Amino acid sequence: MSGSAVSVPLGDNSGVLPRRATLIVFAASAIASALISLALGLSPFVWLLFTGLIGLAGITVWSLAVEGRRRALDRVMSVAIMEVFVLAMVPLLSLIYTVVSKGLARFDSEFLTSSMRGVLAEGGGALHAALGTFIITAVATVAAVPVGVLAAIYLVEYGKGRLKRSITFFVDVMMGIPSIVAGLFAFALFAIFFGPGIRLGVMGSVALAVLMIPIVIRSAEEMLRVVPNALREASYALGVPKWLTVLRVVLPTALAGIVTGVMLAVARVIGETAPLLITTGSTTSTNLNPFDGRMANLPVYVYQQYKFPGVPPEPYIERAWAGALLLIVIVMVLFLAARLIARRYGVEIRR
Amino acid sequence: MNLTNTKKEIEMADVEAGSSDAILEPPKPSAEARQVHAQAKRIDAEKLNIYYGDFLAVRDVTVSIQPNKVTALIGSSGCGKSTFLRSLNRMHELIDGAHVEGKVLLDGTDIYAPSMDPVLVRQQIGMVFQQPNPFPTMSIYENTAAGLRLNRKKMKKVEMDTIVEKSLRGAHLWEEVKDRLNKPASGLSGGQQQRLCIARATAIEPEVLLMDEPCSALDPIATLAIEDLINELKKRFTIVIVTHNMQQAARASDYTGFFNIEKSGDPGVLIEIDDTEKIFSNPSLKETEDYVSGRFG
Repeated sequence: MSGSAVSVPLGDNSGVLPRRATLIVFAASAIASALISLALGLSPFVWLLFTGLIGLAGITVWSLAVEGRRRALDRVMSVAIMEVFVLAMVPLLSLIYTVVSKGLARFDSEFLTSSMRGVLAEGGGALHAALGTFIITAVATVAAVPVGVLAAIYLVEYGKGRLKRSITFFVDVMMGIPSIVAGLFAFALFAIFFGPGIRLGVMGSVALAVLMIPIVIRSAEEMLRVVPNALREASYALGVPKWLTVLRVVLPTALAGIVTGVMLAVARVIGETAPLLITTGSTTSTNLNPFDGRMANLPVYVYQQYKFPGVPPEPYIERAWAGALLLIVIVMVLFLAARLIARRYGVEIRR
Repeated sequence: MNLTNTKKEIEMADVEAGSSDAILEPPKPSAEARQVHAQAKRIDAEKLNIYYGDFLAVRDVTVSIQPNKVTALIGSSGCGKSTFLRSLNRMHELIDGAHVEGKVLLDGTDIYAPSMDPVLVRQQIGMVFQQPNPFPTMSIYENTAAGLRLNRKKMKKVEMDTIVEKSLRGAHLWEEVKDRLNKPASGLSGGQQQRLCIARATAIEPEVLLMDEPCSALDPIATLAIEDLINELKKRFTIVIVTHNMQQAARASDYTGFFNIEKSGDPGVLIEIDDTEKIFSNPSLKETEDYVSGRFG
């Protein structure tokens, strides 16, 4: 420091905590609350709660004493946000733990390779339901994706004025349709042509497509919008007509994002129970034709097994948990595939 | 393919019926022939008023842009140079509510005539933008050939290869990229990307090349490379370049036009255009002199 430098007080305290201060405090807090919990015979959840509270208090006091108000506040906020995040994760982890621990009992090869045909108590499986879920969801996707992507292209590339505004509005409305209403819509639609009481796999697909379309439109719209205008202009400046520009420049650039959006939409509707309950019905044997008769599917299978167990009930309940586990596994695989596609084929878009 | 051809023929018929010096005369001379004869087309704007909705952005421009010369447009920000440039190949009208009044003649044919297809106009009048904008989904090769491929021109692989090599050589980029033609264009540096965009624009053999501040996102060395390139490209094309950099206008152009606005909100006006040397040494108008000598702007 030269003599002319004026010393300006930058903080109320100049000390700094060691680098891993938060970690140290929380380790100590975990040990302390473990001792308390053991002494009083409390549950692990209470132990976690204690760890969080004692840790927060500890880091606050320590930081306040050494570092001063500003840094202490920063630490308190960071730690509090982290703890709220952990709190938010608790239901998810608890759900996964429950489903896995209860579902594993029957998650065997017989479960994955046989249907419920002729099964009265033990044994049996969910092959027919899994196949039904795949077929119903695939048909729904084939119906919803073209409608959704084309609508998004219209909204982003061509639409203007009142029509565009009203489509955007109705997409919002569709977004809010309760799934049971979509099921009733499909039911009513088919009842007009085939009379009431009709049950078909494709009816379920129609209901799911109604739920998927707004999700696909929204995500595809988002993805098309982030394609930089400079690319469209570059294409126009090469004398490429607008429709070819959309088809060969805009869509390929947004493709990975659109595929991800579709995957997420599929994952969102694959577990829908209510609309399928009233449209596809349920059966015990494998039906691969969505246009002919009732079709089993995983959500309804789980519901049926759990709601209407036979005697003894245990095999039914176990099958229900295994079915739920299978559904979660399918959804997880879809999510992972979506992430993978987005990462591998995603085009880096500079803004 | 057939459809576009038919459309083109109709277009030509229209044009030929309308005026004797049609702009879309078939067949185009081969690339080699054009390099020897090297006569690109001229552009004449007549009483051109350019609007955004009701707002008049550029007023009453009448100007002749000489073939095989570089014409630079200078002026302060917001005075309508880019707007004017974009109206020369009908890119301006892509903005909602944007339109023009008056005429733009490409070798005597009005590109704003009702029978003119803007797509065909843009095939003749190419454009390079301020930010390099290669297509991120395409390789270097595909980017260079984009104008041909996107329009689904049927073409043998060998022919396409020849055009790509020639365009990349023309843009002084071939030596740098010949070993990685199939790599994504996003891996190139900014200056290389801009030269790639120039190669892409020249691959469809336009008559005129419009450049909208092509160097403003580049460092001085990349800028120098592009300026050298412009000097060479004028043998084959008519070039109009918008620039903020007066040294660049002085170095790279044959003619310089100066756009000015009286005050913010007024339309921009092309108040003077002349030989670059004269504009920078002895302009006829005081406003121009003030601007080029750095007294304002």
